[in-house]
Amino acid sequence: MAGKISAPLAALHVRVERRNAGNPSFQLDVSAEVLPGFTILFGPSGAGKSTLLDCVAGLLRPDAGQIKIGEDTLFDSQIHVNVPPQRRRMGYVFQSLALFPHMTVKENVGFGLPNLPESERLSRINEILRAFRVENLSGRRPEEISGGEKQRVALARSLVTLPRVLLLDEPLTGLDAELKSFIVADLRAWNAEQKIPIVYVTHTREEVEALGERVIVLDRGRVVSQGYPHAVLGAPRSRKLAQALGFENLFGGTVLDLSQVDGVMRVRLEESTTEIEVPLGYAAPGDPVKIAIRAGDILLASHRPDGLSARNVLEGNIVALEQRGTTVIALVEAGVTFTVHVTPSAARSLGLTAGKPVWIVLKTHSCHSVSE
Amino acid sequence: MEALLLSIRLAVCVSAILFVVGLPLAYWLAYSRWRGKFLIESVVALPLVLPPTVLGFYVLVAMGSRGPLGKLWQAAFGHGLAFTFTGLVIASVLYSLPFTVQPLVASFESIDGKLLDASAVLGAGRLRALYRVILPMSIPGVVTALVLTFAHTLGEFGVVLMVGGNLAGATRTVSIEIYDRVQSLQYAEANRMALVLLAFSFVVLSIVYGVNRRIGRRVWSPWPAK
Repeated sequence: MAGKISAPLAALHVRVERRNAGNPSFQLDVSAEVLPGFTILFGPSGAGKSTLLDCVAGLLRPDAGQIKIGEDTLFDSQIHVNVPPQRRRMGYVFQSLALFPHMTVKENVGFGLPNLPESERLSRINEILRAFRVENLSGRRPEEISGGEKQRVALARSLVTLPRVLLLDEPLTGLDAELKSFIVADLRAWNAEQKIPIVYVTHTREEVEALGERVIVLDRGRVVSQGYPHAVLGAPRSRKLAQALGFENLFGGTVLDLSQVDGVMRVRLEESTTEIEVPLGYAAPGDPVKIAIRAGDILLASHRPDGLSARNVLEGNIVALEQRGTTVIALVEAGVTFTVHVTPSAARSLGLTAGKPVWIVLKTHSCHSVSE
Repeated sequence: MEALLLSIRLAVCVSAILFVVGLPLAYWLAYSRWRGKFLIESVVALPLVLPPTVLGFYVLVAMGSRGPLGKLWQAAFGHGLAFTFTGLVIASVLYSLPFTVQPLVASFESIDGKLLDASAVLGAGRLRALYRVILPMSIPGVVTALVLTFAHTLGEFGVVLMVGGNLAGATRTVSIEIYDRVQSLQYAEANRMALVLLAFSFVVLSIVYGVNRRIGRRVWSPWPAK
């Protein structure tokens, strides 16, 4: 930093409660603080991510709560403040991008700057178009440019107004990873100077890991965890979230017994005779549970191992083997069918082939019990 | 000829007034979330299903020297409303209201709500959204509304007869004139006027459909780029 402070560092404070008239069982109840820089809002579809962004932007009115940027109150149900969206000074890039189809790229980008003198207006538009590498498209209409270009134009349109917060609702879906990373790099470069909070919504785990920033995980309208990706994504709390996070193994099971002293319980998987030991959850013997296990957390052994700390060793057979990129995916039948990821070299040295008997090794803490 | 010019004058006045009145009404009908909205929608659509004589009858009663509107007008301008051109304009505005409002509402409602959200987030108030987003995207709807209103007013008969009567130069429109000629067995005269009206209506509708089709291809836009 060259000591140039171009914008005050104002965080976004959000506390909203909102019931959905059409779906009484869904309630948004979120409290979060979003600091300047990238924050990823992650959750399965239907978790309330877009509803939350709409509340922050002022497009939806929360039933209760408070929304502030720094000390500036945008919404407060107690003192009846609700600043309309056009006066919140936010940037919001919708999933559909919502470029005006009857305007050129330049007109789209200039839409948010109606009151500037023409010369300043033009220089602001050109500057942002250059920053997002779309200055050569200024005379085109949205229907005449590619998907990636549209996304750049939508970002430029949102940022040219110098918003105090940028909300991005899965804006880069449908782009390949390389193009996505280029656009994100341009966005980071822009924000290195502006330092505004950027809320980036996604429902794919790959994007969370690629961006590698603070994550807020939303599920069924609530913040279920927040922190950095590796910590947050490792322990899902619900079946839907586990699926969204890419937990390849999800089994139904029945609790057999609990050991309070050891902090574990034994679970029988599905209708099989396979029993595993998992961390203690809120359950009683006979209760149904769901167990989520990441395919990469499972070890395979070609001989029965002993002298291990891992509590679960299951005998099984490989039923299918497939290499995808640098991952070998093995389906192992051991009462239930486990999906296991190993490296190609591990697969070679173990001599894995379909039909071969193997032993599955599972650490207790790699088995997560999740709610429905 | 006099009757035809009168009809055109009436249609122009009514279209202009209805555009100004119908635009905010259509905007409200398209975007209001008020629960009682269906009641207003029903009132706006009433002229579509009411016999013109029923509408004309109530308008006549209201405009009469003892009706509320008639009394007010008398007090303000010193003459009555019934059987005048102004009275005819008022009645026709009511009668053609759905022909202006419904195409506009349909057009406004077809605009992706996200575009309006984007417009609001970018700082545009309702008026700016209307002029820069809603109207430019509704040109086919606006053209349709104007032309339907114009053509419908041009061809109206029952309401005119009830409210305007049959005064040459003031309320004798072309459809009344045709009726008159037929009643007095002047078929050639009637035919000449009917033919003019037919040709005129056809030309106007052709222009509308032609223009709408071209707008569909974005060749022409009356809203200059800023």
